[in-house]
Amino acid sequence: MDAQTIIAKRIAQELRDGMLVNLGIGIPTLVARYVPAGLHVYFQSENGLIGTAGAVDGMHHPLLTDAGGKPVSALPGACTFDSAMSFGLIRGGHVDMTVLGALQVDAAGQLANWMVPGKMVPGMGGAMDLVTGAKRVIVAMQHTAKGQPKIVKRCSLPLTSVRSVDLVVTDLAVIGFPGGRATLLETAPGVTVGQVREATQAELAVSERVCAMAL
Amino acid sequence: MKTILLKDAVALIPDGASVMIGGFMGVGTPERLVDELVRQGKRDLTVIANDNALPGIGIGKLISAGAVKKTIASHIGLNPDTQKKMLARELEVDLVPQGTLIERIRAGGFGLGGVLTPTGVGTVVEKGKQRIELDGKPYLLETALRADFALVEAFLADYTGNLYYALTARNFNPVIAMAADTVIVEAENIVPVGVIAPDHVMTPAPVVDYIVSHA
Repeated sequence: MDAQTIIAKRIAQELRDGMLVNLGIGIPTLVARYVPAGLHVYFQSENGLIGTAGAVDGMHHPLLTDAGGKPVSALPGACTFDSAMSFGLIRGGHVDMTVLGALQVDAAGQLANWMVPGKMVPGMGGAMDLVTGAKRVIVAMQHTAKGQPKIVKRCSLPLTSVRSVDLVVTDLAVIGFPGGRATLLETAPGVTVGQVREATQAELAVSERVCAMAL
Repeated sequence: MKTILLKDAVALIPDGASVMIGGFMGVGTPERLVDELVRQGKRDLTVIANDNALPGIGIGKLISAGAVKKTIASHIGLNPDTQKKMLARELEVDLVPQGTLIERIRAGGFGLGGVLTPTGVGTVVEKGKQRIELDGKPYLLETALRADFALVEAFLADYTGNLYYALTARNFNPVIAMAADTVIVEAENIVPVGVIAPDHVMTPAPVVDYIVSHA
């Protein structure tokens, strides 16, 4: 199983029936492929759609797109709305769960995911509102970037929000922040606690119940 | 409401004007109005919109043509021309969280001085802003935004100017239609009065100044 599949499959296990969920671009988008059988989940696209689903070949409509402007389809029961409603849903606490990528997450679970000063300034888009307003925030990312840890003592990049994320799922581990402290909860198949620690700059507590991801 | 020729509509917009433009990655952007702004060689515009789309699409055309002095947007990451011009200091970029941007515009159109939002508290977005605590929770005071012109794309406009938007092309359009001194609408379909049922009107006719004629 490749890194992205491990991350997406593990995060899909966090979905519950009836949830309203917003997925960021990149790895988070893949989570929609692994919704457990029998669950009905509402996926929101922040450009104004609840009930977004994968594009259907030959059925593309230029006015039915995801937040990247790419064609999607809509499930029965879907609804559309303007951006004020979309962010009312997000900031107002109506979104049960959001899954976002990250550049860095620190020891207390604070997230940086929207700019690298002087290098890459894409803008925060909806990320700051999502992290501030969603009931549950899950980070989906590779554990390291070019060999460098992304889970750091303290974010050196500008924060997305002062609110701590709830869970970080990587190709190596699942990490939570009980009591504001990075804690290893699960390891990926074939990965040891030592390997996770090696690839993590932040001090990492290990849960008494640490176990392997059940994928 | 009056119908107006495309070239006459754009001739109303002077160099240096502030212009809100609908659309999300080009979807819901009034493309004919944008093309005419480029053709008439407009300069020094302040463009307020969700994003800068891509070169060759929607607002991206205005950026590439050098028509824009300043943009207020939530995301510019997919437009390399914006990034280049920003780093070369040819283009001023004010990045605003998406939910905050749409609420500032909504406030501008709804007669409010601003809004209090938790988004951005404790981040670089807070710089220069007033923090206000209510019931022990911190908020930022974000001021209202208005513009000289709103360029709106609708799916249906009836002969009186009532508007209806389709699918994810609604996004910023109905909100900017409330927040500008002059509202110019490009409609995909211009239809007789009654085709849009009263309950389905999304923008009421009295706020629309001009509909670009199809002739």
